[in-house]
Amino acid sequence: MFRLEKRPTPSTFWSWGTPVLAVILTMIAGGMLFAMLGKDPVLAIKAIFWEPLFGANASYFRPQLLVKAGPLILIAIGLSLGFRAAVWNIGAEGQYIMGALCGGSVALAAYPAESFLLFPAMIIAGAIGGFIWAMIPALLKIRFGTNEILVSLMLVYVAENILSTLAFGPLKNPEGFGFPGSRNLQQYPSAHNADLIANTGLHWGVVTAFLAVIGAYILLNRHILGFQISVAGQAPRAARFAGVNPNTLVAICLGISGALAGLAGIFEVAGPGGQITDSFNVGYGFTAIIVAFLGRLHPVGILLAGLLMALTYIGGEMAQLSLSLPLAAIQAFQGMLLFFLLALDLLTNFRIRIGGLI
Amino acid sequence: MTGKTLQEQETGRTAPREGRREMTRDVLLTIEGLSKSYPGVKANDDVSFQIGEGEVHALLGENGAGKSTLVKMIYGLVKPDEGRMTFRREEYTPSEPREARGLGVAMVFQHFSLFDALNVAENVALGMDNPPPMGELAGRIREVSEGYGLPLDPERLVGDLSAGERQRVEIIRCLLQDPKLLIMDEPTSVLTPQEVNILFGTLRQLAAEGTSILYISHKLEEIKALCDEATILRRGKVVGTCTPRDSTAREMAEMMVGAELNAPQRAPINPGPVALQVRNLSVPAPSAFGTSLREIGFEVRQGEVLGIGGVAGNGQDELLLALSGEVKTPRDCVQINGLDVGDLGPNERRKAGLCTAPEERLGHAAVPDLSLMENALLSGAVRKQLTKNGFIDWAGTRRFAEEVVKTFDVRTPGIGTAARALSGGNLQKFVLGREIMQEPEVIIVNQPTWGVDAAAAAFIRQALLNRAAKGAAVVVISQDIDEIMEIADRFAALNEGRLSAPVPTQGLTIDEIGLMLGGAHGMHEAEVHHVQA
Repeated sequence: MFRLEKRPTPSTFWSWGTPVLAVILTMIAGGMLFAMLGKDPVLAIKAIFWEPLFGANASYFRPQLLVKAGPLILIAIGLSLGFRAAVWNIGAEGQYIMGALCGGSVALAAYPAESFLLFPAMIIAGAIGGFIWAMIPALLKIRFGTNEILVSLMLVYVAENILSTLAFGPLKNPEGFGFPGSRNLQQYPSAHNADLIANTGLHWGVVTAFLAVIGAYILLNRHILGFQISVAGQAPRAARFAGVNPNTLVAICLGISGALAGLAGIFEVAGPGGQITDSFNVGYGFTAIIVAFLGRLHPVGILLAGLLMALTYIGGEMAQLSLSLPLAAIQAFQGMLLFFLLALDLLTNFRIRIGGLI
Repeated sequence: MTGKTLQEQETGRTAPREGRREMTRDVLLTIEGLSKSYPGVKANDDVSFQIGEGEVHALLGENGAGKSTLVKMIYGLVKPDEGRMTFRREEYTPSEPREARGLGVAMVFQHFSLFDALNVAENVALGMDNPPPMGELAGRIREVSEGYGLPLDPERLVGDLSAGERQRVEIIRCLLQDPKLLIMDEPTSVLTPQEVNILFGTLRQLAAEGTSILYISHKLEEIKALCDEATILRRGKVVGTCTPRDSTAREMAEMMVGAELNAPQRAPINPGPVALQVRNLSVPAPSAFGTSLREIGFEVRQGEVLGIGGVAGNGQDELLLALSGEVKTPRDCVQINGLDVGDLGPNERRKAGLCTAPEERLGHAAVPDLSLMENALLSGAVRKQLTKNGFIDWAGTRRFAEEVVKTFDVRTPGIGTAARALSGGNLQKFVLGREIMQEPEVIIVNQPTWGVDAAAAAFIRQALLNRAAKGAAVVVISQDIDEIMEIADRFAALNEGRLSAPVPTQGLTIDEIGLMLGGAHGMHEAEVHHVQA
């Protein structure tokens, strides 16, 4: 008989070992899934993890890695602060959309004027858009005690509807021959979030994501606010004892994660995305939740997890093309990663013993 | 009822009594060489003793001596690694509590398992394997409760009962199953002295009727008053047996602790100006089953120790929260050195000179998974100036934590150890040390020695007295009357959220304290008479 025994202190080894083990188990279970679909599992796994980095077309895919990882990391860093404090912002996707809409609207309103001030203004507007969207669940929670999980999640669908209304209405490209979607910001020099070094995928959003990693690392390890965030998540009563106002903390955590998601949105729409369309969002806000947990809510872990997740995105697309794997299989594969990670998390706080009663 | 059966009953009742005097009573439970190990600790090591029928047997030991593990094995909650037990001369290996109950072993736990939102009869029914219909059950509860001098209304909501009444629910639940052996785990820790008397009356009556009682405690006077035999455990081993009536409390204590005990020393006090003033403090209950504070007022002078006694659940937690600043009050309700701080949070009050140590060590006074170093920062950041512009001075925090560990003799592998890995006594020394070493001008502690072994408790009390000697005003909220009598200059009782006027502890008798603790409960006195009658 198996039984679990609580460890006196959390295991450092397993705290970092479980993500690695989860990736390995995902490869095994995913391989079985692909085999059942009649595909060669080794080829499929290789297509996902190997080809984008070292395959024949790697020079095209490597920049994509940063393009995809940038927003994931940026959003996940914000979410991780809240998750550490037990403030569950599930609606980053909505904040991401609102950031893109606000920042994009600034650019479209200014069109075709050229100014070096436009890009900073768009970025600020994007951050504010995400921030305000996140403050809705924050204020409702503080004032009425509503559950931020539900409210933030529901607001994603509200944001999606606002997005399609605007994309087909006020923000539609007047010179777009009736096609849905806004003007392409890539063709508007003052607003374009171009690669800083050509063909590397390194745009301002990626830089901001790296800065967020460093900032979060300093906040969590050196600053009293980061300490209070950790305490509030682990022991709310102890946090009050330490003088933390739980309401302030809810507002700070939701505010930061909303603003970072909004930034990710505007960097995306002004750069790789280019256009505000009703489907420009591809679920970064949701995937970032996986990234945050996969990275152990630790800034450096999130950096690595974001790159890994981006890899499965790109590799997944590759596998869809080269092996004609269905998209659902790729999504199931990504879901497995979170599943195994959460299941294995047990090992951090418990050890498994075999045999014997209590 | 015929004369013959009556006679049988009477002989049945008196036989154990006779047996007790001649020491030839039948053996009910035998324990031989019981051992149980947990990772890193041998909780019980070759424990053997016997309990006779109708005997009140004490199991005596400090916290962590292995008493709980032992009774859990008897009650079928834990399986022994080695050794055997016989119950009424038959092999006894209960695999679960249900089996133990079926054979006639019942247990009243230290922490009650009752549902506040259900009434007494419903709670009793939930704990029975085959509950009778509600109406019948209520009748039997009345019958048993009156028969044993434990008045209890089956219709009342458990949430409205005092701790002593809740314990009665648990006892009556056991008695309804007609047990042969009743295990009581630290039953008096939540009772007033008068309630203790009532309980002892019941237990003596049960023993006289032939029920054996295994009584777990570390309170020596109680054991002397109640028990026939005592087995003393230390670090999982039986270190002695004695007949409590013929032993002194000191002898038993020294067997229990394995060392000589020193009573705390205190210098004569010379109270200075008022350091903490509380006026007209009223706070609504935080939850449906919490306690409201009502018009609490007191003052403590520099160098003075005020003891606040009371049975748990009478507003101790709420009072601490209101004083620490975790719950805010009108501005002039709390004054530190003449400064109004009622509307300030914990850190502002720390700045003004007030430190507190809450009762719940893990989760309130300390974060379980964080290291001692991080826990030192938790409340020490302000007074020890461990942050600069919001950035943490980890080197300073490390020094502070190491200082606390060293000065307060906290046994830990290092300050990187998680708080939850420390024993209760060691963590309490750390928590108290952390507050005292911030040199507060006012220090308020709630249950400072709860669940702490005797040596650590003595150390903690001495540390509080030393702080008072250096001119701090000290408030000790405690359920342990002996503790308050030992260190406090003045005593006040907290009852249903009201605080009695403080009186000097010198010359106060246990009976007077009991009446103060009973406070508005006029009924306690009536019950005492009922039992004595």
